[in-house]
Amino acid sequence: MQHEIIDVGAALVVVFEGDIDLQTSPAARDALLAAVGQGKPLIVDLAKVGYIDSSGVASLVEALQSARKGGKDLSLAAVSEGALRVLKLARLDSVFPIHDSRDAAVGAAG
Amino acid sequence: MSEIGQPATTGDPPSKNVIEVRDLVTHYGERMILKGVSMDVRADEIMVIMGGSGSGKSTLLRHLMALEHHTSGSMRILGHDIDELSGVELVELRQKLGVAFQGGALFSSMTVGENVMLPLFEHTALDRKTMEIMVRMKLQVVELGGFENLMPSELSGGMIKRAAFARAIVMDPKILFCDEPSAGLDPVVASQLDDLILLLRDALGMTVCVVTHELDSAFKIADRITVLDRGEILFIGTPDELRASGNQRIQNLLNRVAEDDDMDAETYLNRLTGDGPAYRPL
Repeated sequence: MQHEIIDVGAALVVVFEGDIDLQTSPAARDALLAAVGQGKPLIVDLAKVGYIDSSGVASLVEALQSARKGGKDLSLAAVSEGALRVLKLARLDSVFPIHDSRDAAVGAAG
Repeated sequence: MSEIGQPATTGDPPSKNVIEVRDLVTHYGERMILKGVSMDVRADEIMVIMGGSGSGKSTLLRHLMALEHHTSGSMRILGHDIDELSGVELVELRQKLGVAFQGGALFSSMTVGENVMLPLFEHTALDRKTMEIMVRMKLQVVELGGFENLMPSELSGGMIKRAAFARAIVMDPKILFCDEPSAGLDPVVASQLDDLILLLRDALGMTVCVVTHELDSAFKIADRITVLDRGEILFIGTPDELRASGNQRIQNLLNRVAEDDDMDAETYLNRLTGDGPAYRPL
């Protein structure tokens, strides 16, 4: 799993690539919490994530809570069908703002 | 942590079977329990294993969970020949298997949340906060959201089973095994548990293996049913195919007819007295 952080002005975009699972989610969590610490709205682009397990989703939840405590929001973009199933099962689709694409998420943040 | 290697490939298209059992023979002492069992479990299906008492279904389930050694035959689980795995690799394989035990098997001295978190503590190095969120998510999935601080003694029978399911799925297993999930539950609660098994398969894409003697449950959830009889496979097929079977033993199972014990008098006497090579002093 790799990640890249892109500053698009109105928000930071965290782009993950690869699987986010029990082995890689600690690194994803660190990246998310570090990005939250920069004090901008966060967009997590999951377009290149093939699989995300519940440890990855838990990391997203923790980052969302941390962002909101700082008065910012965290939204998800390009969530895969499998990841969306996990989010829906845990009723998290109503907790996260979810956008079809990164562009749509950036537009909403701006 | 080391990773078990990728399954060996032959150039053939990937198998859609997550478990392949071939000619499996197993003994308890000198007593043969499974007598050359061959079966497959396909990805994303719910396979129900049925059979009367002593048919070997619980033994088969333990083999499918890679918990038992067999006498002969072979088993592949998630593409791995379990005879070729080291002890460490077997442990890693078992982390991809979730088990909901018959009685729930929750630790009475731990809260529901601590019970569900236990596999994460044992097998991962995740941050405590991540684990706590995962536990609450899984409790929400089994409709026990907010119950994490209760003790098992404060739960009903159905809730204990649900908590056991939460623990079984907390690590997102590829295959979920359930041993008599409906045992001891009233029909309404048992039916709700069936719905939960269907939800886990449909929403999370888990393959599920269920041992049950509850016919209603089997017909409700099974994609396919395996019937074991005296250590041998009697039938593998869909619920409709099972209903249509003309096999008398299957019809006896479906109609809950007790079969005549075909043991002769002398064998019965030997069993009672423990006489003969098959028996040991108690």
